[in-house]
Amino acid sequence: MNMIIQKLLQKSFGALPKALLVSASLLTMPLTAQASGGADLDHVEIDLSDTESLKNGAKVFMDYCLSCHSAKYMRFKRMADDLGMTDEEVLENLVYSDAKIHDTMEIAMPEADAALWFGAAPPDLSVVSRSRGADWLYTYLRSFYVDKSRPMGVNNLVFKDVGMPHVLWKLQGMQHIEESKTNMAYGKEKIEHKLVADGTGSMSTEEYDKTVSDLVNFLVYVGEPIRSYRESLGLYVLGFLLILLVLTIKLKKEYWKDVH
Amino acid sequence: MGLRNTEATGVVGWFDQRFPLLKVWNEHLAQYYAPKNFNFWYFFGSLAMMVLVIQILTGIFLTMNYKPDAELAFASVEYIMRDVEWGWLIRYMHSTGASLFFVVIYMHMFRGLMYGSYRKPRELIWVFGMVLYLALMAEAFMGYLLPWGQMSYWGAQVIISLFGAIPVVGEDLSLWIRGDFVIADATLNRFFAFHVIAVPLILVILVFLHIVALHAVGSNNPEGIEIKDGPKGNRWSDTAPADGIPFHPYYSVKDIVGVVVFLMIFSAIMFFAPEMGGWFLEKDNFIPADPLKTPEHIVPLWYFTAFYAILRAVPDKFMGVMAMFGAIIMLFLLPWLDRSPVKSIRYKGIISKMALAIFVVTFVALSWLGTQPATPTATMFARIFSVLYFAFFLLMPFYSKMDRTKPVPDRLPEH
Repeated sequence: MNMIIQKLLQKSFGALPKALLVSASLLTMPLTAQASGGADLDHVEIDLSDTESLKNGAKVFMDYCLSCHSAKYMRFKRMADDLGMTDEEVLENLVYSDAKIHDTMEIAMPEADAALWFGAAPPDLSVVSRSRGADWLYTYLRSFYVDKSRPMGVNNLVFKDVGMPHVLWKLQGMQHIEESKTNMAYGKEKIEHKLVADGTGSMSTEEYDKTVSDLVNFLVYVGEPIRSYRESLGLYVLGFLLILLVLTIKLKKEYWKDVH
Repeated sequence: MGLRNTEATGVVGWFDQRFPLLKVWNEHLAQYYAPKNFNFWYFFGSLAMMVLVIQILTGIFLTMNYKPDAELAFASVEYIMRDVEWGWLIRYMHSTGASLFFVVIYMHMFRGLMYGSYRKPRELIWVFGMVLYLALMAEAFMGYLLPWGQMSYWGAQVIISLFGAIPVVGEDLSLWIRGDFVIADATLNRFFAFHVIAVPLILVILVFLHIVALHAVGSNNPEGIEIKDGPKGNRWSDTAPADGIPFHPYYSVKDIVGVVVFLMIFSAIMFFAPEMGGWFLEKDNFIPADPLKTPEHIVPLWYFTAFYAILRAVPDKFMGVMAMFGAIIMLFLLPWLDRSPVKSIRYKGIISKMALAIFVVTFVALSWLGTQPATPTATMFARIFSVLYFAFFLLMPFYSKMDRTKPVPDRLPEH
């Protein structure tokens, strides 16, 4: 990469001192640097081709999320088609309201009431994976802990003083927070928080993590249902353009043969 | 192509007798003689024009389903992304095109800086181009409000409130621009009107003027040598510059290669990373606009952040606004600031080369700083780079004159 930039600079400017060229090509680096979002997040692998994971995620979503949170831009029919389910399967197993197959995922709870009950109305989750990111969701859903001072009795490590209760507590059980201090150089202390499960959940830690990752996988799918198709189409488009590139280069060379 | 100065017959002839069809074709394509030594940097003019066409075409299709209403706007964008056939592709083309438009324009402007394309007799081309750049910034700024996400809303809120810093009339002026006391439905409606009709119309007219002015005086080239002042006569014409070649077919077939490479980059982004890690579509813009909830960190899109950094570097708000606009005015004045006896950086001395290199570092650094929180360290760096930004322009009359230049040959070097 740097070689290309250096060559480009040399061609454009003529002769330049070597040191200047190197420092100039270093410039392109800050652009690729990215600001990370504060707290350390656990990484989750997203695999939109894993239909089983998506189906499981859909089930968890319908069971636990879609009573307070809507996904009002997502249609049941779209999900049925994309995940390879029949309309009947979806209506029987995944739709708990009187919604029709072409309806979007709405909830019955009025927003004003919800705001009163939870402090803020639970946000729509259609594009939450695009605003928060998969890693954030994965970490968030695994970071509830007991905090008696909060109205719902729980707090969250990545979303301080969140209004949401720990909806998945039956699966995970409750977690308690433990603080550990490490002495650092210059008399500073590094404070780390660790969450410890109380073992009352119906799932083991591995099972719970897998369930949450399925749910996040599903939320990423819901955030942009076209994504898998977009990426597969992209390969064909790039392939076509590559062939076109070869042809246009040949055309250009043919015309430019007589320019000296 | 056979359509030379001959009397045309048939359909073309019918039109040519009623409209200067062949004259336009010849003057702007078939008999427009461009220097034969265009390099990589000369792809960006035609690319900018193509992106403009992409933006207009995709924009037309977006307006068919977009609703410029504060209650409906966010949902209508998601409707386009999910329920409109190929809506996602059209929307991503438009959003990717917006950012790449600025990439292309910045490359195009940098080309002008390097090879002195703004120098006499091309001052007016440069000024038209700068007005285009301003119009493009207005177009992008207003377009970014339309999805009605959090960044749309708060970005616009911050920028429009800047007008409030102008003494006496400021508050009334920003009220007048918004049409309400905060960014609201009225603002969205008028921005929509400007974004889809007023500004695109201005852009198209300016592109026309930019090209007419260019074709009147002829293209510059990496050597900065005027081919029109050199010997006459080439294979195609006795009166054409010897070092010129007809734009069509030579540069049309060459530009097509550039177009294909550009489309590959465009597609790679659009199909595999349309958000570009938050640089092209910001994360917070997937949250619907909420006038009661200010995002932690309001950042304009990357193509504005250099000027945003200059704005924040100045402690006084009004002076900051003046500095920000001043930074753009500097670019307008460039043709009259450069006193070098030569045009191209290839014949300029070490001072000019260093100055340009420092300017590039400065612009990139400011762009980056504009995306970062204004910590004391970041602000200090923003101040240093702001001074360097203005120094590049304000000291140019002096350093460009005293710099040791190389002698410029009469003709393009053989290659």
